[in-house]
Amino acid sequence: MTRRVVVTGMGCVTPIGSSVESFRDSLFAGHSGIADHVFTDLPDGRTSGLKFTRTAQVQGFDPAAQLASAQVTGTERSSQMALVAAAQAMGESRLVAAYGGDRVGVVLGCSTGGRSAEEPETAKLYTVNARVHPLTVIRSMASAGASQVAIAHGVRGPVLNLSTACASGTHALGMAFHMVRAGMMEAAIAGGHEAPLTFGFLRAWDSMRVVSPTRCRPFAMDRDGMTLGEGAAIFCLETRDGALARGATIYGEIVGFGMSSDASHITQPDPAGAASAMTSALADAGLKAEAVGYVNAHGTGTAVNDAAEAEALRRVFGAGTVPVSSTKAQHGHSIGATGAMEAMVTLLALRDGLLPSTAGLMAADETLGLDLVMGAARPASCEFAMSNSLAFGGLNAVLLFRR
Amino acid sequence: MLVPDDLQTRLIGLIAESKKVGPETIGPDTTFEELHIDSLDKINLSFSVEEAFGVEIPDAAIGTIRTVGDMVEGVRGLVAARVA
Repeated sequence: MTRRVVVTGMGCVTPIGSSVESFRDSLFAGHSGIADHVFTDLPDGRTSGLKFTRTAQVQGFDPAAQLASAQVTGTERSSQMALVAAAQAMGESRLVAAYGGDRVGVVLGCSTGGRSAEEPETAKLYTVNARVHPLTVIRSMASAGASQVAIAHGVRGPVLNLSTACASGTHALGMAFHMVRAGMMEAAIAGGHEAPLTFGFLRAWDSMRVVSPTRCRPFAMDRDGMTLGEGAAIFCLETRDGALARGATIYGEIVGFGMSSDASHITQPDPAGAASAMTSALADAGLKAEAVGYVNAHGTGTAVNDAAEAEALRRVFGAGTVPVSSTKAQHGHSIGATGAMEAMVTLLALRDGLLPSTAGLMAADETLGLDLVMGAARPASCEFAMSNSLAFGGLNAVLLFRR
Repeated sequence: MLVPDDLQTRLIGLIAESKKVGPETIGPDTTFEELHIDSLDKINLSFSVEEAFGVEIPDAAIGTIRTVGDMVEGVRGLVAARVA
């Protein structure tokens, strides 16, 4: 008999709230975390040279107030956000106490690693031949967050970091779901984290000409690009039987995961690839498309992504049949963390019977053929909902949740 | 200041180098589609052109470029604006 996998803990550090309930309140109120970017790492006397000014930063994040001093010393912002979010989730769910450290794993998504630890050190090295800080490697390696979370909670089972660009968090949750379902581990701490808003990273994205000079407006007729963000969202997964037996609070169930590769172009998405991942997730869950009551789209706000994703949605669901929104205009696009934040959005939408709106969307692109949730959050009681992540490199990951 | 033929020759040289084709195969009427220049190639090429000519090509202009001639005329305008 198939092992069903449920979510029994959630934690987050995001630009619109750094607890699940504050994130929830901001989400359904339509608040946006997008604001003028505040640089902390710009070299003295330099102007940024960016063509955009806005990002979605986590304001007031203070790791020293929430982590032990040794944890703060050995980590940088991205792993610190993972540690704080994981502590929230584990505070609720206590997986290790329930199952023992050997039977629990960690699967996190982090695409770029600890850039804030690496970039300034490299800059010093190239310009003034300075010494490099001895903790640069352990702070900046992409798997640092997964290791730090495992150390913090005594997790001794499988511990992995997945780096699949903008789909990292979704791939991590999906792989953790499959590993628990398959019995490779009894429970998992899974999700995504990323703190990529460094001077060099922002300049690199600026050069790609995909960042909005105004603010992200997914699926809008006049959309003009994405807005970068940062943060973490972490979940505790375990079997439904295990959760029921120990009386754990259940937020929702993960019922399907699908993934695919476009294998066509490094930046230009192929709707066939996205549609294939959605179809795979439905097959994994044993569901028909009409069972799905909401889709949280990847919806970056670039002309190309939104058109390709809309075409994929039409192929899988038909035109205008399923309510769709993108919440990136609220929490930003935080690369490896964004899929995990959107998984949280989707679980909260199911739990609370409210579909979040696409913030900032005034005039929808009618050619996309989507039932877009606009204006206020839309009350809707649905049993199943989908969350899409479609990454550069054509890497697609899709999760299906049940209330 | 660059004379028109110099600018066109240099720009065609950059395109030829980026697409690994002979410059003699490229003229003002050659389309980007014929050269298999996709959106990412356009961004890559624009960066080289910006570096070579000391100009900044607006995002909106990149979307409207269809032919080599379009790019030559656009860059000529940007160079003139910079020199003026």
